[in-house]
Amino acid sequence: MPKIMGLTGDEAIAYAAKQSKVDVVAAYPITPQTIIVEAFSEYVHNGEVHTEFICVESEHSAMSACVGASLTGARVFTASSSQGLALMHEMLYIASGLRCPIVMGVVNRALSAPINIHGDHSDMMGSRDCGWVQIYCENSQEAYDWVLQAFKIAEDHEVLLPVTVNIDGFILSHALERVEVYDDSGVEKFLSVRNAPFKLDPDNPFTVGALCFTDYYFEIKRQQEEALRNTPTVIEKVNKEFEALTGKKYSQVDTYGLEDAEAAILCLGSTAGTAKAVAKKLRSQGKKVGVIKPWVYRPFPSERLLQTLGNLKALAVLDRAISPGAPYGALCSDVVSTLYNNGKQLKVFNVIYGLGGRDITPFDIEAIFNEALDVLKTGVVKEPLKFVGVRE
Amino acid sequence: MSKESKPGWKKIPIGGLLFEPGSATGYKTGDWRAFKPIVDQGKCINCLLCWIYCPDAAIVRKEKFIDINYDYCKGCGICANECPVKAITMVEEKK
Amino acid sequence: MVRLQELTTEEKFTSGHRLCAGCGAGIIARMTLKALKKPSVVVNATGCMEVASTIYPFTSWKLPWVHVAFENAAAVASGIESAYKALAKRNAWDKDVDIIAFGGDGGTFDIGIQALSGALERGHDFLYICYDNEAYMNTGIQRSGATPHGASTTTSPAGTKIPGKPEFKKDFIGICVAHEIKYAATASPAYWNDYITKVQKGLDVKGPAVLHVFSPCPLGMRHDSEKSIEMARLAVQTRYWPVYEVEDGKYKLNIKVPNPKPVIEFLKLQGRFRHLFQPQFQKELEVIQQWVDQNWKRITALCGETEE
Repeated sequence: MPKIMGLTGDEAIAYAAKQSKVDVVAAYPITPQTIIVEAFSEYVHNGEVHTEFICVESEHSAMSACVGASLTGARVFTASSSQGLALMHEMLYIASGLRCPIVMGVVNRALSAPINIHGDHSDMMGSRDCGWVQIYCENSQEAYDWVLQAFKIAEDHEVLLPVTVNIDGFILSHALERVEVYDDSGVEKFLSVRNAPFKLDPDNPFTVGALCFTDYYFEIKRQQEEALRNTPTVIEKVNKEFEALTGKKYSQVDTYGLEDAEAAILCLGSTAGTAKAVAKKLRSQGKKVGVIKPWVYRPFPSERLLQTLGNLKALAVLDRAISPGAPYGALCSDVVSTLYNNGKQLKVFNVIYGLGGRDITPFDIEAIFNEALDVLKTGVVKEPLKFVGVRE
Repeated sequence: MSKESKPGWKKIPIGGLLFEPGSATGYKTGDWRAFKPIVDQGKCINCLLCWIYCPDAAIVRKEKFIDINYDYCKGCGICANECPVKAITMVEEKK
Repeated sequence: MVRLQELTTEEKFTSGHRLCAGCGAGIIARMTLKALKKPSVVVNATGCMEVASTIYPFTSWKLPWVHVAFENAAAVASGIESAYKALAKRNAWDKDVDIIAFGGDGGTFDIGIQALSGALERGHDFLYICYDNEAYMNTGIQRSGATPHGASTTTSPAGTKIPGKPEFKKDFIGICVAHEIKYAATASPAYWNDYITKVQKGLDVKGPAVLHVFSPCPLGMRHDSEKSIEMARLAVQTRYWPVYEVEDGKYKLNIKVPNPKPVIEFLKLQGRFRHLFQPQFQKELEVIQQWVDQNWKRITALCGETEE
């Protein structure tokens, strides 16, 4: 029987990690992730978990310790944001390269400079090629649900890759929401303990982290890509098992109104919630609009995305991060590549918004929908990339 | 080794993991030598100093004296330099 | 105290690695693994020892061995140690292992100092061994915080204006001792008995222990490969490398050097100091001798030794 708790996004993530019975947490505080580590520290100091909590001296050491612990066969969790994520950048690649199924809560926050503590996606987008599975959440409930599923996805022997569960800084991390939490025994049955296929054990020694010259590096990277290609199947499997436990339906892409939408907004994270509310209002006025919200960003769910398009003819892709000097933001690039490769006749324009935690309001979203409807009518995209919310 | 004779990505363990501990013994470093140690086993007092000082574990412990494992000996000369009774001499490797 | 005959003949660090002929790191790795008391896990920072011993698909290590990155051997060791504790807590397995982290002077003094400091402060139970060849040897002999004054490296070359490295060597053990760990010690591979005893002492300690061992490098220090152990002995006999230990903050001199050889005996064997023998730089030799004398005085005073 689910219990209702009032949890912020950070608290929801920490609670999920607690119920997942993680063995090791190595983390360093950074706004707006701090509540995750603080909540977890309370669990540890009150004897509510068996977890070994390593208060490391930097995020780089946090990921290093996580890699060491994961290679020992432990279930490992950490969390970070922004500068912290950037500091552990080299370690992100190593964690995925060494096939460590670490789960990390990333509370998305803008990257310096200038220094800013509020929410945008530049931190995770800056590390999007690190080889981790990347999931974005719209609210605290999704954060809680996805962390539980993330461990199962990561530790699956067909995947064995680390997973980030992203939530928007302050917007989700610090906002109190109604969250349905499941009982410990249900979670325990869903997750069970980690069954590591290899671990640092003197009875079965192996070497990890060897130097691979030009004759082997490529093959090992190819294997990693294969694991990412295996991931969608595993995600779907885990989603089904999660639905059996909780009744909640998750998949790689969430949609709203796509049964008949001709214009839509595609975005990640909490903005999708606002977009859905605006879409609902516009639909009641007879406008055929919808929202596409990928839950999984990496591996990019091209196949699923194409399946959602239906009658769509105009699409506004919203990027909460800028890819400086590039024709589109990261998300829009991936969407456009998917459409191009599959000969889809969609008109797409990219909106860069919300940098440094700049609010995106229902008015802004409505204007974007109207622009998409305009593109639908005229068939012309006036501005392939525009900035919404910045003062000129 | 040609590209064809090395295994493809489907065959090797994931993550660059090596499950054969000590597989380095498959790589014979003996051909690095310019000089090789020759042991006068009559002089050897079996003190084992050469054995503990050899970076390559190329000193073989026999019952009453030592011998050299020429498969791996790189000819550094530490054994000859450290032998307290000068039982080891370095001679030029003839190719 | 151990006898050579008593040491295991098993080679957990096998032949076939590609360290240079005469490499101190190879000797140190072998000696360390002969000192093991329990099943052990080794963490290795990027550097000579790591790179040359694990060129895929070859590995010299016959025990669990992990290399992650350059600056984080101590952080990785912390993670492994915590994982073992956590797994034991939930009765997944209960293995009593020793964890040893190897780092070169580069991966320890400089880029690795943060991770080491954190691990020492948190009190993880592991042994950290810094094999010090006094420069970033693996990447081609660049200077580190452990490079001594006057030594020529590629980033502190023996130029016409500046003859080698102007700065002096960091007091690494002092930094470790400041963390109030139970055991820290210096060693030289020439004194194998002292080193092996210290490895075992470090492994016995509950909590972090640090060893700082001199690692001769024929290529980087530019000495004959056969002289590696002789160099390691001279380093001690010239008082350049004092061999002492610090147990619970108490210093003890392990190798007394009542009649020291002048440090020039040590320097003249190495090409990295050759430029100092030119007339215009000879005063640097005196500077080095003074540093050696002052350092010896400081250490011996801490050890409570009153000899001259």
